Amino acid sequence: MTTQEMIKPENLVYSRTRVLTDNVMHYCPGCSHGTVHKLIAEVIDEMNIQDKTIGVSPVGCGVFAYNYIDIDWLEAAHGRAPALATAAKRLNPDRYVFTYQGDGDLASIGTAEIMHACNRGENIVVIFINNAIYGMTGGQMAPTTLVGQVTATTPYGRNVEINGYPLKITELIAQLPGTCYVTRQTVYNPLTVRKAKRAIRKAFENSMLKKGASFVEVVGTCSSGWKLTPVEANQWMIDNMFPEYPLGDMKDI
Amino acid sequence: MKEEIIIAGFGGQGVLSMGKILAYSGIMQDQEVTWMPSYGPEMRGGTANVTVILSDDRISSPIVNSFDTAIILNQQSLDKFEDTVKPGGILIYDPNGITHPPTRRDIKVYTVEAAEEAARMKNAKAFNMIVLGGFLKVKPIVKMDNVIAGLKKSLPERHHHLIPVNEQAITRGMEIIKEENI
Amino acid sequence: MGKTEYKLLKGNEVIAIAAIRCGCDGYFGYPITPQSEVMETLMELKPWETTGMVVLQAESEVASINMLYGGAATGKKVFTSSSSPGISLMAEGLTYLAGAELPCLIVNVVRGGPGLGTIQPAQSDYFQATKGGGHGDYRLIVLAPASVQEMNDFVDLGFELAFKYRNPVMILSDGMIGQMMEKVRLSPEKPRWTDAEIEERYGSWTVKGKPSTRERHIATSLELDSAKQEKFNLKLVAKYAEIAKNETRYEKIMCDDAEYLIVAYGSSARISQKTVELAREKGIKLGLLRPVTLYPYPTKAIRDLLPQLKCVLAVEMSTGQMIEDVRLAVNGKVPAEHYGRVGGMIPSPEEVLNAVENLIERNKK
Repeated sequence: MTTQEMIKPENLVYSRTRVLTDNVMHYCPGCSHGTVHKLIAEVIDEMNIQDKTIGVSPVGCGVFAYNYIDIDWLEAAHGRAPALATAAKRLNPDRYVFTYQGDGDLASIGTAEIMHACNRGENIVVIFINNAIYGMTGGQMAPTTLVGQVTATTPYGRNVEINGYPLKITELIAQLPGTCYVTRQTVYNPLTVRKAKRAIRKAFENSMLKKGASFVEVVGTCSSGWKLTPVEANQWMIDNMFPEYPLGDMKDI
Repeated sequence: MKEEIIIAGFGGQGVLSMGKILAYSGIMQDQEVTWMPSYGPEMRGGTANVTVILSDDRISSPIVNSFDTAIILNQQSLDKFEDTVKPGGILIYDPNGITHPPTRRDIKVYTVEAAEEAARMKNAKAFNMIVLGGFLKVKPIVKMDNVIAGLKKSLPERHHHLIPVNEQAITRGMEIIKEENI
Repeated sequence: MGKTEYKLLKGNEVIAIAAIRCGCDGYFGYPITPQSEVMETLMELKPWETTGMVVLQAESEVASINMLYGGAATGKKVFTSSSSPGISLMAEGLTYLAGAELPCLIVNVVRGGPGLGTIQPAQSDYFQATKGGGHGDYRLIVLAPASVQEMNDFVDLGFELAFKYRNPVMILSDGMIGQMMEKVRLSPEKPRWTDAEIEERYGSWTVKGKPSTRERHIATSLELDSAKQEKFNLKLVAKYAEIAKNETRYEKIMCDDAEYLIVAYGSSARISQKTVELAREKGIKLGLLRPVTLYPYPTKAIRDLLPQLKCVLAVEMSTGQMIEDVRLAVNGKVPAEHYGRVGGMIPSPEEVLNAVENLIERNKK
């Protein structure tokens, strides 16, 4: 069988979504960002809302999300994505508006913005990537860093007496009456990827139902920051992250 | 014509609204006006004052150091503003609560017993309009028609039924103001 | 046509009314004295029921200015208002807005600083407003109203300039102009722009959702390639030069025969105008040049007057900020000095006159 024969349309079993650009991603091998980007792009494609979607990218590794997902983007200052999304959605209620934020962006410098946007019941989608570390700046402690976890700024492990406790922000968000859907997912194997995609799709659909904010946490890996191979990183996440950050829906109204 | 006025008293005496009605009356007769309040936490229960300027020409500074007329409604304000009246100018005050009356002889001093009169009218809120009436008697810079039009503009519609009462209070103020000889 | 109707309004109130009437799409703000009447008036008037304008009390000034970013990027006419400490918190958003070249309007009703300072009027944020305010090489277009009427007029003008140049515009007012009431003629009502109208007027740049027919639009201030960033910085420089050429505004009062000149803006200009009246009564040939735009600054207008001048006095409610721009304009040709009151104190016309007379005395040949 020749290549030409193989690529006949009827033999097509998979193709990359057209909502991803041709740019080569800057993410490290084993990083979860690329997978989540792809899921968002597929959801936008399947819902046929490319021309109605506004993404808000963060400061952190996700800053260049706008290079990869082929939609209109706002690039926010560190932590402020929910404020941008609030105005973009309120002024353009017929648009799908989502923020894409990491743990430093959302749960540290941007805590006020995310809490208040969710509490106001903004009809936005929040995709929150939690890998318990600051990837872009070189592996410093994040608000979600585990107790004892070694980072560039906790070289002897996170010590609660010095650094306090891992912030379970998603549990806090779930308490807010302005949220309609709060869930924690991951993307380390085909099953979890499929579940995460369903969650993202539900969140996007919710945003047109005037039910309030939909919040999807994705527990992810940072093999570079954790100083592990991609395979080791997955195992470390299963062993250490999931006990602290258990998967599943916290709220679905 | 240009009239620079300071109105000063306690917060809650209607100092600012009296100034506003006066300013609106000026607009009704095509004058230029400014209304510049003291503002800040001291307004609550403390002293409040407002500088109102009415002029036929463009007004430069809304803040001035000396006044053609001072309308004074408490002792603190009297102490503060007596010296700011221009020589030959006018000082109007309500003697209620005044222990040290004005002493200047180069200005005209008037009293209007507005607090007492308002009590007699059983309408504490008429107080500032009685004072305004007194002022308009000695300085008829705005016509009564324009004051009523100004009242209509500065009061929300739901309070328009109070206009006749206010008019009555202004008239009463005109009747009771008297010049003091110092 | 009936008689023109005048209203008696506070500077802060008229900002809100003017915004609704000029077709503003959104306001995002946080309360702070002495400008809280802006949001209070908007909430009272409920424009969302009439024009559809969005009004939102944000959780902080940081959020407010970033909401402006979100709204402006979608091509909406958005504004916020605050006072000095709040503007410091907005400095972050301002530089991102300038870097992303987004149009928006910021009203700063200045109070005395530093820190929490006072709540009384001051002009001590001149540097912050005219030299950028946040990090990086950028400028805001800065309008300085000297009356309640100009507070009204500059809202529409501010939006016009913001969209024309895709640059944030600041109305730099102060507690005096914000709190005082004057006679004001309201602007005619204009409908809010549609997306198509914005595209027709200002081109296709808004972040609204990408149709398959065009490349994606990205509102960003990030560029990791230094060469590209330098190119962008130079593009901004060219834009600012264009703004300076087209939009420099000022008012001259009694300058024709002036031998002495006061340069003052906003509240100080009102006070100084009275000083000019007092000086003229005494036979002193004093004039007033009032910058209406503080950025771009009317440098040439001051320079053109120099041949007839003996000395110049900059009057501002600061310890001496605008005087630096006055001295750049004067360039050592005649003495140029500063007179100011600070901390919320407002100079009187008489004390300004005194300062002028002292300056004249010191510079007698």
